[in-house]
Amino acid sequence: MDHFLQMKNVSKTFGEVAALHHVNFEVGTNEIVGLLGDNGAGKSTLVKIITGYHAPDPGGEFYLKGKKIEHFSVAAARDMGIEVVYQERALADKQSLWRNIFMGRELSTAWGRLDLRRMRNETQKLMTTVMGFTSSAVTPESRVKTFSGGERQGVAITRALYFNAELIILDEPTMGLSLSETKKCLDFVAGIKAAGKAAIFIDHNIFHVYPVADRIVVLDRGTIAGQYMKNELTLQQLIDKLYLVAQTGSLNGKENPA
Amino acid sequence: MSSGLASGTDLPNARIVQKSPLVRFLRRYPLQIGIFLVAVVIWVIFVIGAPRTFLAGDIYISFMATTPFFAIMAIPLTMVVITGEIDLSFPSIMAVGMTAFELVYYATQSTWYAFAACIVAGLLVGALNGVIVVRLGVPSLVATIGTQFFYRGAVMVLTGAKGMGMTATQGTVLYPLLVGRIGGVIPAQFVWTIGIGLLVWFFLNRHRFGAHVYLVGDNLDSARLMGVRVGRTKLLTFAVLGAVAAFAGFLQSEEILFFWPTIGSGLLLNTIASVFLGGTSVFGGTGTIFGTFVGAFIMGAINAGIVAMGLTNFWNDAVAGFIIVASVALQTQVSKRLT
Repeated sequence: MDHFLQMKNVSKTFGEVAALHHVNFEVGTNEIVGLLGDNGAGKSTLVKIITGYHAPDPGGEFYLKGKKIEHFSVAAARDMGIEVVYQERALADKQSLWRNIFMGRELSTAWGRLDLRRMRNETQKLMTTVMGFTSSAVTPESRVKTFSGGERQGVAITRALYFNAELIILDEPTMGLSLSETKKCLDFVAGIKAAGKAAIFIDHNIFHVYPVADRIVVLDRGTIAGQYMKNELTLQQLIDKLYLVAQTGSLNGKENPA
Repeated sequence: MSSGLASGTDLPNARIVQKSPLVRFLRRYPLQIGIFLVAVVIWVIFVIGAPRTFLAGDIYISFMATTPFFAIMAIPLTMVVITGEIDLSFPSIMAVGMTAFELVYYATQSTWYAFAACIVAGLLVGALNGVIVVRLGVPSLVATIGTQFFYRGAVMVLTGAKGMGMTATQGTVLYPLLVGRIGGVIPAQFVWTIGIGLLVWFFLNRHRFGAHVYLVGDNLDSARLMGVRVGRTKLLTFAVLGAVAAFAGFLQSEEILFFWPTIGSGLLLNTIASVFLGGTSVFGGTGTIFGTFVGAFIMGAINAGIVAMGLTNFWNDAVAGFIIVASVALQTQVSKRLT
């Protein structure tokens, strides 16, 4: 499989605290990776290295599309097509849908004049083809605050896809969503796969991650406790393993202590 | 399937109602329509209260002459408020601009150079407000309370608290251009207010800059994450307000042909009241130039009306203060109901 991203032997320490400890992690070019782990397992540290926010400790190796990356930054990550979708911070509520889709990347003509017609048309197209808004009550002019939680996640994911993100990182996208809204959100994650792109889906709810992930990576106390292709084990087996991790720090229980 | 409507509109027939162009228009411009209706109601009250004054043309000419001095500043102040900030120092910036005018005029005897210095001084001083807020992280309310007094104090020191006669500046084309009477009737400053209103409207609604102004005020974090240059956007709104405040100072000094170092001291309340009455949210992210424009002329009408109805001028401050609190309270309550 082609790798979009590969990390080898990456560590990150903050002062005395080792947030990540010799981690090997990779994401395929069209793969949905579910990242599971308790609070403090190192999920957000891992993500912040991938998005260029934190520099990893010297010694590890970091490859994007097979090319070794030495100096990484938030801007460089963005240029390479890495986008993060945060739940609460993604959208400007009081603005219209099209302003949110084109946030910070407005289409404009000479002198910075907004190309309103093109932005509205593109938004309309995305609404019907990607987002599945079919009601005539929702237009590109609709305010985002009238949307439900799942729809809002959909807007943020659609925006990332529209701007050719290669790897979309979803940070607990189902947090606080109702059952039907979670379903909608997961459909959008499946849409990332269908669009041929990759995603890292972070959550601590295994029931949300399992249905859409190709591979599940379990982080625990800064190390990769284990990873599984979804077709290798059932949901129940995975749950049993997670209990074991919580107690022993290893997916194989006491045979292989951390 | 769920259409993502707000609960209040999730009625069975909502979709049919939506198709009516009139309803769509009402839903799209609720603030603008609301403020316009408020203006009509207030006008009717004044016509009933003082029919002889409000059915004659003179009163309208008179407030076309005086309202622009704050209306023109309320327009860029709207942008500052949309970004989620506030500026209280613009009345002092009027005086800063005119002090620059005075100093350069005495040095060069050129009205044009002095006028340019006035606008540039306003721009720089406005930008300084922006730097204090954006780079030093001082909340704009506190920062501009401070600079309001700092600028005014500096003006008093530099001018020795003495004014300057402006009759000598009547010779250039600036005088008829800025404060002349078009066709002997329409005050030029009224036309300038409309012009600046249109210009700011264009940048706010049809330009990247304005798109960023709204985004910064609505959700600072997401704007920053999406690559909007948050600090620069805010700084620019303060700078533009500074330049326009200096321009307003020049307009007013030309109108009365005298520069008082205390210029602008009565305009703070009216200007801020115009912005909030016009529906711009104190929490940032929403607001319109049309609303502010109508709001300013409502304030102007109220000022004129108070005098016409035989009340003392002291009522002006009471009314403006009341309007600021009432319109923001109304906005807060309405937005609570809608979300």
